[in-house]
Amino acid sequence: MGVQLAAERASLAEIGDVNFSDLELAYHVKDALRSVSLGDRDSYDQLVGFLFEDGERLGSDEVALLVTNLNALSGAVSDIDFVHHGSLLDCIFNMSLWKHGPDVMDALLELIIALAASSGKYVDSCLDMLVRNFMPPGYFLTDAKQRTLARKKGQVLDRVHSALKDIAELVPLAPLRLEQIIKDRVPIFNKEPLIVTYVENMLTLESGAMRELVGNSMLVEVVNTLIDLDVEIGWDDILLDDSSKGIFEMELDDEEGSADDDETDNFELPRGFSSQKMLRGNVVAEKLDSLMVLMFEHLQDCYDSGRLVQVFETLLQSFQSTVLTAYKSKFAQFVMFYACSLDPENCGVTFANRLADIFESPVYAQEWRMSAVAYLASYLSRAKFLSASYIVNILESLADWCSSYCKIQCGEINPKAHRVFYAGCQAIMYVLCFRMRSILGVPRLKSQLFLMPIAGILTHPLNPLKVCLPSIVEEFLLQAKVARLFSCSETDFNGLLESELSRAFGGLERLDMFFPFDPYLLKKSDRFIRPNFVYWSMVRTTCDDDDDDDDEGSIDEDIAQDRVGGNGMNITENGTAMSFDEDYLDGFGNSMMQMSITPKNYKFGSALHGGMQMPSRIRPSTSPESL
Amino acid sequence: MEGLKVSDAKMVVYLHPSKARNASLAIFRELSSLLFKFNETFDGVVLAYEVNILSNLAKILPTIHPYFGVRLKAKLLLFNPKPDMLLEGKVVKLGQQSIHIIFLGFSSATIILEDMREEFRYRVKHGKEVYVTASHKRHIIEVGTIIRFVVKSFEEEVLHISGSLLPAHTGNARWLDKNVQESQADSTKKRKESDRSQILDLKKEMVKVETYALKTNNRSKKSKRRRTNDS
Repeated sequence: MGVQLAAERASLAEIGDVNFSDLELAYHVKDALRSVSLGDRDSYDQLVGFLFEDGERLGSDEVALLVTNLNALSGAVSDIDFVHHGSLLDCIFNMSLWKHGPDVMDALLELIIALAASSGKYVDSCLDMLVRNFMPPGYFLTDAKQRTLARKKGQVLDRVHSALKDIAELVPLAPLRLEQIIKDRVPIFNKEPLIVTYVENMLTLESGAMRELVGNSMLVEVVNTLIDLDVEIGWDDILLDDSSKGIFEMELDDEEGSADDDETDNFELPRGFSSQKMLRGNVVAEKLDSLMVLMFEHLQDCYDSGRLVQVFETLLQSFQSTVLTAYKSKFAQFVMFYACSLDPENCGVTFANRLADIFESPVYAQEWRMSAVAYLASYLSRAKFLSASYIVNILESLADWCSSYCKIQCGEINPKAHRVFYAGCQAIMYVLCFRMRSILGVPRLKSQLFLMPIAGILTHPLNPLKVCLPSIVEEFLLQAKVARLFSCSETDFNGLLESELSRAFGGLERLDMFFPFDPYLLKKSDRFIRPNFVYWSMVRTTCDDDDDDDDEGSIDEDIAQDRVGGNGMNITENGTAMSFDEDYLDGFGNSMMQMSITPKNYKFGSALHGGMQMPSRIRPSTSPESL
Repeated sequence: MEGLKVSDAKMVVYLHPSKARNASLAIFRELSSLLFKFNETFDGVVLAYEVNILSNLAKILPTIHPYFGVRLKAKLLLFNPKPDMLLEGKVVKLGQQSIHIIFLGFSSATIILEDMREEFRYRVKHGKEVYVTASHKRHIIEVGTIIRFVVKSFEEEVLHISGSLLPAHTGNARWLDKNVQESQADSTKKRKESDRSQILDLKKEMVKVETYALKTNNRSKKSKRRRTNDS
């Protein structure tokens, strides 16, 4: 007799020994509901009033009554009418599970499931109510409430996901609607803990019982959220460097800062740049950072459970449709990088192949193809987990494409008309700047590289050497000359980072200056990327050969010193840089000072070109039209 | 099961110019967007389609985005349940107040207590919730049972049906089928028995007739004898 009991709470003790069956209670509530249409609202209003009370202030008797009323309502859902019982429905859908104990939670969720299954009208509202309960109320975020929050989180979220599963079993099309509701409710502008909890729930759906139904769309939506936050971080938030400096030099400059900082700041610094370069204090960047950590952990779980390849296929599609087409995405693409690093043989290879396919396929728009080859170049240069032989194969494919393009084209330099070609050439040169030394270390790969039609491409009348970024061209020429791969003495850029021609082929999007996998700038999630990342400082170029004899000994000494100091890198026989265990990497700072990988004050090309500077780190375009 | 029909549709699908390189894929995408949604034009929910592209030529709409129209002929499997149609579905949940059903794998239906025949009684047997009937012990509805029910109303937007178990020909589908066979078998048995009795009756009649005929024959013989005797 739910309604009457609600009305006569004071006399509860007197009627405590009266037993009502669930069915009887349901019939009483039904009467209350039906009487509304006849004009009698008393019982109904009492019922609504009781549901309206704040869950946290209820005593045990009141909690028992609330549970009774909710159970009775579950039995009477067929009598709830959208028109007559609007206030009751509002009350139910606005109840927060976080404010109640387990008994009320269970009763409320039973009612929600019954409502969702009773009539198609309430499915959306029920799902919406559950999705809103993905996040705790704002006041739970205070420090005083942290312990309660941790306790409640498990209780609430387990039940919410279980309820979603039950509704999906009763209403087969509910997951379709759930996807849309979740997409619409992403709290992108809310506080960091809220959006983190929300995304946690999305990833729980991806890995939980509803994986088959909504898993893919949840993954895509998480990536979309990352992109949304990514584009919120303006280029202004990333420190602007002197535009006269080469791209590679900027990265080295950051390292200098890193070494200086170490004396005063022992915080785990990412290898390769200073703490000043991290996006500290940027609210959006911090949100994105936390979400990246969640995503990386989720990918690790997927790998552990053996379903990374399946998940990666979805990620790849999502990457192709959103990340690749987003204007100079800065961080979201590292999801792909991390997934590839977990399974280089499958994911790592699939990713590079797909990018190469997009670049070579005329089906796609030119901007996409250029973007794809920029991703490919950056990926091949920065991924430590890729083998040199695989990189050579991809380079060969790119070189073949460029060579075929040269054969069917005639005429002179035209940055706009042949922008895809120039992007391809720049990609080949960029990758070789990073990898030439390691490729030359293996005779088979060396002969493969020398058989590539690189000279033919670079000396073609389209003249990519004049159009591509001068800083990359000069570093490439420098290394190529030393390696006797290719030499050209005509170019002289006077250390320019970019030129009119490079700007012209890059277009408004400045795809000439797009290096998507440049050093990662987010603090918390950096630990996932760092062990598999090749920083420019770790690269041994062909120009370092002169120092080899001296270095042989010093490297060993350096390593020994580094081990004592807890930091360091190892250099393999073929010249690729390998990191030590993470223990050694943590706190990396002054290894740059001690090691002779790349001299700290070394200016690329300085030996031959006198003060020439060179490329590599993400940076905004300096041309006003691109902003 | 009622409510399903196949329709032949002639249609024109307008595609964005960016889809021109792979129009067939774009057509499939466009048609797939119709699936599992109620469509007033087709008067039903599209469950499946088989498409035949009539021509490689397309009509270009002269607008800022020159969409192009491809003419198609498609066979559409449609579902449009009307009131009083008989549907079959699987019980997924059962309670004191309602039975929840899924049919065709995508749509849900609910039958509330008021829409069930009075003979259905809710019971908990061995921890399982079931509906039983007093008159037929084997007529049971439980989770997993395929039941036959009548459509009361259909929410087109969410593809939800309110069903009813009031008519006599609704309930556990297997039981109903078996029961119908039995009742048919019963009726043929009865018919045979009645035929046999009719034959017996006929035979009796015939016997009566024969005896009557014999009697009359005897009488006539007697009369002849009488007549001869008299003569």
